[in-house]
Amino acid sequence: MSQKPFLRIDNIRKRFGPIVASDGVSLEIQEGEIHSLLGENGAGKSVLMSMICGMVRPDEGEIIYKGQSVRFNSPREAIRQHIGMVHQHFMLVPNLTVAENYILGQGSALRVINDMDEVHAKIRELSDRYALDVRPDALIEDLSVGEQQRVEILKTLFHGIDLLILDEPTAVLTPQETDRLLALMRDLVKDGKTVVFISHKLDEVMRVSDRISVMRDGRVVNTVNVADTDARGLARMMVGRDVGMELARNPANPGPLVLSVENLTCRSETGLPAVRGVSLHVRAGEIVGIAGVSGNGQTELSLALSGLLPVDGGRVVLNGKDITGLDPVRINASGFSHIPEDRHKHGIVMSMSLSENTVLQRYDQPPFAARGMLNRRMISEHTRDLIKRFRIKSRDEDQRIGDLSGGNQQKLVVARELARNPDFILVNQLARGIDIGAMEFVMEEMLKQRDSGRAILLISTELEELFAICDRILVMFHGEILGELPPDRTRLDELGLLMAGKTEQPALAG
Amino acid sequence: MEQVNQGVRENVYPQAAQALYRTLSQVAISAVTPLAAVIVALACGAALLWLNGFNGSDVVTVMIFGSFQDMRSVGEILLKATPLILIGAGLCVAFRCKIWNIGAEGQLYVGAIAATFVGTSIDGLSVWVHAPLVMLAGAIAGAAWAGIAGYLKVRFQASEIVTTIMLNYIAIILTSYLVTGPMKDASAAYPQSARLVREAWTPRIVSDMRLHVGILVAVVLAVALYIFLQRSSRGFALRVVGQNPHAARYAGMNVGRNIMIAICISGAMAGLAGAFEVAGVTHRLYQNISPGYGFEGIAVALLAGNNPLAAILSGGLFATLRSGSEVLQITSQVPQVLVLVIQGIVILSVVAFAKLRDIIRIVA
Repeated sequence: MSQKPFLRIDNIRKRFGPIVASDGVSLEIQEGEIHSLLGENGAGKSVLMSMICGMVRPDEGEIIYKGQSVRFNSPREAIRQHIGMVHQHFMLVPNLTVAENYILGQGSALRVINDMDEVHAKIRELSDRYALDVRPDALIEDLSVGEQQRVEILKTLFHGIDLLILDEPTAVLTPQETDRLLALMRDLVKDGKTVVFISHKLDEVMRVSDRISVMRDGRVVNTVNVADTDARGLARMMVGRDVGMELARNPANPGPLVLSVENLTCRSETGLPAVRGVSLHVRAGEIVGIAGVSGNGQTELSLALSGLLPVDGGRVVLNGKDITGLDPVRINASGFSHIPEDRHKHGIVMSMSLSENTVLQRYDQPPFAARGMLNRRMISEHTRDLIKRFRIKSRDEDQRIGDLSGGNQQKLVVARELARNPDFILVNQLARGIDIGAMEFVMEEMLKQRDSGRAILLISTELEELFAICDRILVMFHGEILGELPPDRTRLDELGLLMAGKTEQPALAG
Repeated sequence: MEQVNQGVRENVYPQAAQALYRTLSQVAISAVTPLAAVIVALACGAALLWLNGFNGSDVVTVMIFGSFQDMRSVGEILLKATPLILIGAGLCVAFRCKIWNIGAEGQLYVGAIAATFVGTSIDGLSVWVHAPLVMLAGAIAGAAWAGIAGYLKVRFQASEIVTTIMLNYIAIILTSYLVTGPMKDASAAYPQSARLVREAWTPRIVSDMRLHVGILVAVVLAVALYIFLQRSSRGFALRVVGQNPHAARYAGMNVGRNIMIAICISGAMAGLAGAFEVAGVTHRLYQNISPGYGFEGIAVALLAGNNPLAAILSGGLFATLRSGSEVLQITSQVPQVLVLVIQGIVILSVVAFAKLRDIIRIVA
């Protein structure tokens, strides 16, 4: 390095209970650059940046900022050092005005800021300089998400920044708003500020960055100049795993059509179009994969298929029966099993026992219930059987599932969903957050299910997972299926390009 | 740490002993914390009294044991325990479903109105028909009143905390209006309803005591609600909705319907308590039919850790404290406000210890 780094992170470690969020991260940020942090959900990007801005304290390691070792105990201390962060979830009070939000926590109990005119003037000036269109007297709750984000960015400018950290800022924006944000980042750098841009969207990162660091599993895998890389290489770095998994598998023997999806559209919970006309078919005895960088509509697709998100248009047919927009209880009863992406949100009830979690859907059906009462003996027996068959490490069937490791929790979800004898299994992130052993086990179980004639749709951001068990791989980008590939490792580059949204054949120059 | 401890235990104890140890320690944690809460609260109360120039420990002793003088006074305690157990056990069900029904007081009043109506307007039925009919009327009215708040929550996401509190005011003022207007006993000078016909009265257990069969109904229903929550399919669904509504939806449970059932059960229990106050105790509807049983019931449920079975005990404890404070007012110079302060400390301490219990559970 020719110049001294503006910010150096040295071997930072952070654990939350059993979860390692940062596993010895080292990173250097130069003054006046746009430095992107790229990585999958859970790779440790947000936690790392929260440590820089004083929200979270590292367990080990050092942060050197402007040549000095710093250790912030609160965001306030970081703000005083001119470090600002815009979080994924905005930190604004909805029923206060923009100006009121800015002076929150300023001053003290004894010294009240009383010159609001000055505050308003300063906000107007900054807003004009960066074309942010922020009115100081606007109520936060009246603003759109995009506007609120500009309010957040202006807040950091208001307090004065040299370093601005943006955590997944484009996740909530429309393409036009995204363009505007990227332009703003360029303007800020022109004024001598430094920007750290956290994202998992390859194209945006390629468009705006000077340098890019790729994070995976709580570590920085690599830092590259944007000129020296391309979307293909980045995709590889993001999803690549060192362990190549080779599972013994028979050739697929697809039978009759089980699930057909025609032109499905739906919106995300924030109301933005998320799935835009997806069509796909899954036959009995095959595993169809959906690859894609996360945030391209996969979450919404799986929620819409399982009845947890309203469908705007299109049709979902399971075993010849139209299940479009039905409620989950009817979809569940049609031979549909769902291994959800967010285990803790949808998959299990953390405070309940393994037994109770085993009968989450069948709590009122025989043999687990009779005349409205639970048959606890049957439930216990069934759970013990699953624990044994899936080698779930637990004390007994009455243990709280929250006390189990993530891998064992996932095994129980898989066990439960398979035990319901489904015709179709929707899997979103089969092996997220679980160890290699458990991963291989659940994958082998999926192959067994396939061979016994079940139709499986596996949505995953882990290419290894898809290559290991899928018979066909579809690529999803911006809510659409861009193409289909065989699970052939030699065509990884093609897959990476599709994942970056490039459908045309690549020129072989780069 | 946790893992290590468990590992050690596994080596030392055989399987069965381990299970027993676990159960016992769980029971101990569940039982000790509420007990500790009450003891700490009473100690604080004693200190407070001492600061005000009273002999604190004597006063507290009177508060707890003063009401245990003879069978009659025990009967009076049980009489007060009846609505507290009913409401407390009912609220356990709502709270388990994470429905914060603060409206038991209003549901009690509406139950009392319905019971009065059925008890005064019908005549000539046998006691075997009329008395249960009065109870049923109270329960249905309470459930319907709570159902309003439930519907507003399910349909419009209106906070049940706000709506149930508002419905309390409406029910209490409605009662005042009825006993001064349409339902007023024409021959009486005071605002009160006509007397319920004899057959509508809740039968007494012993003829010369005020204690009525309501206490038995309360205990039976509390046990039934415990079994409902722990052993029935519907109770299971209510608990899942309370613990993780997203998982409930994923599993195909109808979140709205379960919320309605939970809040209506708690409303029915409060309405039944209101019916017993009229049909079992006063035999007429008055403006202030409840001395705040609906609010104390919240503390009963909290102290019971939202377990209807434990609500029987905690309901009994709060009834004892209430009786004791009445004895105090008669026999000593302790001002009533101080007694109320001590009751307040008990409730605060219960909440604090409930939090502590969660922490201990996590650590243990």
